[in-house]
Amino acid sequence: MECAQASLLADGRRLHLHHGPIDLIVEASGAGRTDAYVRATKRFESILNELVAELPMLRMRAQKGAIFSGAVARRMQQAVEPYCDKFVTPMIAVAGAVADEILEQIQQSPDLEKAYVNNGGDVAFYLADGQHVSAAIAALPGGRITLDSSGSYHGIATSGWSGRSYSLGIADSVSVVAKDAASADVAATMIANAVNLPNHPHVTRVPAVELSPDSDLGDLDVTTYVGDLSDVEIRSALHNGSGIAQACVDQNLIGGAILQLKQEYRQIGVPVIQQVCSKPIPEQELSYA
Amino acid sequence: MSQPAPKIRCDACPVMCFVAEGKTGACDRYANLDGQIVRCDPLTILNRRIAQGGEVTPFLKSEWDGSLVRDDEVFVTANGAGTTYPDYKPAPFIVSREVDGVDFVTVVTEAIFSYCGVKVKIDTDRHLGHEGAVVRSAGEAIGHVTTSEYGSQMLSLGGVDHLTGGSKAEGRVTCDSLMKLCNKEAVELTIDGGSTVVVQAGHAPIVDGHQEERMRVGCGSATIGMFASQWKGLVDEVVVVDDHITGVVSEHQAGKVLDWPDTGIKITGRRSTPGRYFQVAEPGLGWGGTNVDDPLSILGPWNPKKGAKPGLTMLMVSTTGEQFGYFVLDDALVPQKEELPDNLRPSVDLIAENCEPALCTVLFMGGAGGSLRSGVTENPVKLTRSVQALKTSVTCGGAPLYVWPGGGITVMVDVTRMPENSFGYVPTPALVAPLEFTVARDDYKTLGGHDSAVRSIGDILESGGEYGADIRAISPPEGSELNARTKR
Repeated sequence: MECAQASLLADGRRLHLHHGPIDLIVEASGAGRTDAYVRATKRFESILNELVAELPMLRMRAQKGAIFSGAVARRMQQAVEPYCDKFVTPMIAVAGAVADEILEQIQQSPDLEKAYVNNGGDVAFYLADGQHVSAAIAALPGGRITLDSSGSYHGIATSGWSGRSYSLGIADSVSVVAKDAASADVAATMIANAVNLPNHPHVTRVPAVELSPDSDLGDLDVTTYVGDLSDVEIRSALHNGSGIAQACVDQNLIGGAILQLKQEYRQIGVPVIQQVCSKPIPEQELSYA
Repeated sequence: MSQPAPKIRCDACPVMCFVAEGKTGACDRYANLDGQIVRCDPLTILNRRIAQGGEVTPFLKSEWDGSLVRDDEVFVTANGAGTTYPDYKPAPFIVSREVDGVDFVTVVTEAIFSYCGVKVKIDTDRHLGHEGAVVRSAGEAIGHVTTSEYGSQMLSLGGVDHLTGGSKAEGRVTCDSLMKLCNKEAVELTIDGGSTVVVQAGHAPIVDGHQEERMRVGCGSATIGMFASQWKGLVDEVVVVDDHITGVVSEHQAGKVLDWPDTGIKITGRRSTPGRYFQVAEPGLGWGGTNVDDPLSILGPWNPKKGAKPGLTMLMVSTTGEQFGYFVLDDALVPQKEELPDNLRPSVDLIAENCEPALCTVLFMGGAGGSLRSGVTENPVKLTRSVQALKTSVTCGGAPLYVWPGGGITVMVDVTRMPENSFGYVPTPALVAPLEFTVARDDYKTLGGHDSAVRSIGDILESGGEYGADIRAISPPEGSELNARTKR
């Protein structure tokens, strides 16, 4: 069986941590980099085994006040607490929580200017005073999210139906900025789930268990294809998601979100997008994605 | 899949996922292929080439000198745009891709070929169906009969309209048929108002249960032109029966230059030029792609005033030499069938010998536009132009391909030159195919890419290398279709 692996990427700057389904790209800059990578690697070693130990519980519907023993599992629980009235399992936050946990180790290194832990698009980052971080939004050509050290945000996460995790909704991409990656991860997933047109004939859905027999989503239908939608339908679906996003902002769960479906996008909360290509995206281009 | 899909437990990591048949586990690295856990990242391609005995040159492991790779035997990694396995999403790698001026990329998807199909060339004289007729697989429309080519019938299958524009069943069957054809498997196709044909890349077509042997040497007229001198003096008349142009040697220019005497023969059908006849019968599965089983049925009454006389001999032969008959006019000027004289047999055999083996060929055709969007370079159109200017070479599983001129990167590739099982699908439905861009480092910089991104392709191979303790290439198990599997 594989054990945790760590290697520097060919650029010599970034660290790649891999174990089973977890792939982290870590970058730290500043004099403390090597120290940071040593700490990250050491912490990473046992992280998957800790999660696996509590996996059956983590795959069950989240209960308010549930107690887990692993640090990452506790982060997951904390992140889903505000959403316990809906169907949600702590697994929804796993990617972000792992990123947060590793970032916390890294932050203990002295002399860091900036650091991030990117877990498949769910990112935890640290910025020393005066630093900023910039993320390209793949779904929006030319789109950038830039955050500086003055805010209280340390997490960005992205969710969408065609991504690695299953989505109940039809958003191509929902990117969320929040205080940590786990919170961003949960919110991005929940908002992406809400960008939806239930029973639309052009949306193909399959019970999650058919795709992954042990999915925490069980018999819930997950989106496997989104066909043609009219402008009105696109707006209506984005409206559904924007409502949830706004509620998350109002409850101070997230800083802001960018929701994208086909050629339209919406921005909720803190203005995080810097630039988006001004040309409308040709339909043909979009249907590749 | 009509049977309940078997699921198996993957023991590659502590998560121990149950993986359904044809799916990947949570890591997207290991998948259940026919009940076995296989690793499905670009290393598989590498391993498959090893299994095929192909030469492997992992240029990224050695110092790449920056020159363009032209040799199709050189291994080129599938640059995150393609795969060898259903549902494979190379997410672990794309997150490491660097883009100028940003710290990381938020990404949810990887591009696939929604716009793709296959062009099928079926070497046969037989009429398979009218141009534009719908081609079906398992009852679903998956394409149409397109413009025929010399000695071949052409099918155009797949495309976005059938993949995603029609019903769910149509999309699924289309995707499944395309994938099978591309993976060199046999697929039975029925043509509305026409034939049923079994198509398999690199194999002879089977038309309505009859396996084609030969591709014709030429049309009836061309055959006359090629062989007239060999028939002179051995026989009084030769008719080469062909649905396209039936040739008659005594009237044909090739006969005239040999001073071939008139025979008073009368051919039904529309005369094009002397000795060349269109539409002697209906298209079909008989002689020379006509519906004719009795070749005499294309003849009218013989004219004694123009040279017809008792005892006149005639050879009738199809364009492939598969059918032939020898006839002698009786006293009433009616042709009577007789044994083919030995001195004519070589000419019939020569026609057959000059025919090439009939084959089905399958070209995969797809547009690579989408895969460029997600970050090969910052400015995708530059890569497009670079490909069109032949500065960036594109390969499909290491096989050379033709880049269609004009906008975008639309490519065609002969699937028989690709590694086994190169094609997969996603439930979109759409095909997933390996696709590699190879560019000299200096050119890549001018494309708006940058050095580290060149190396990030290397990350994938490098990772494989560094995981060397965990990954090894092993030969395929005896009798197994698997060309590669990697397990600890």
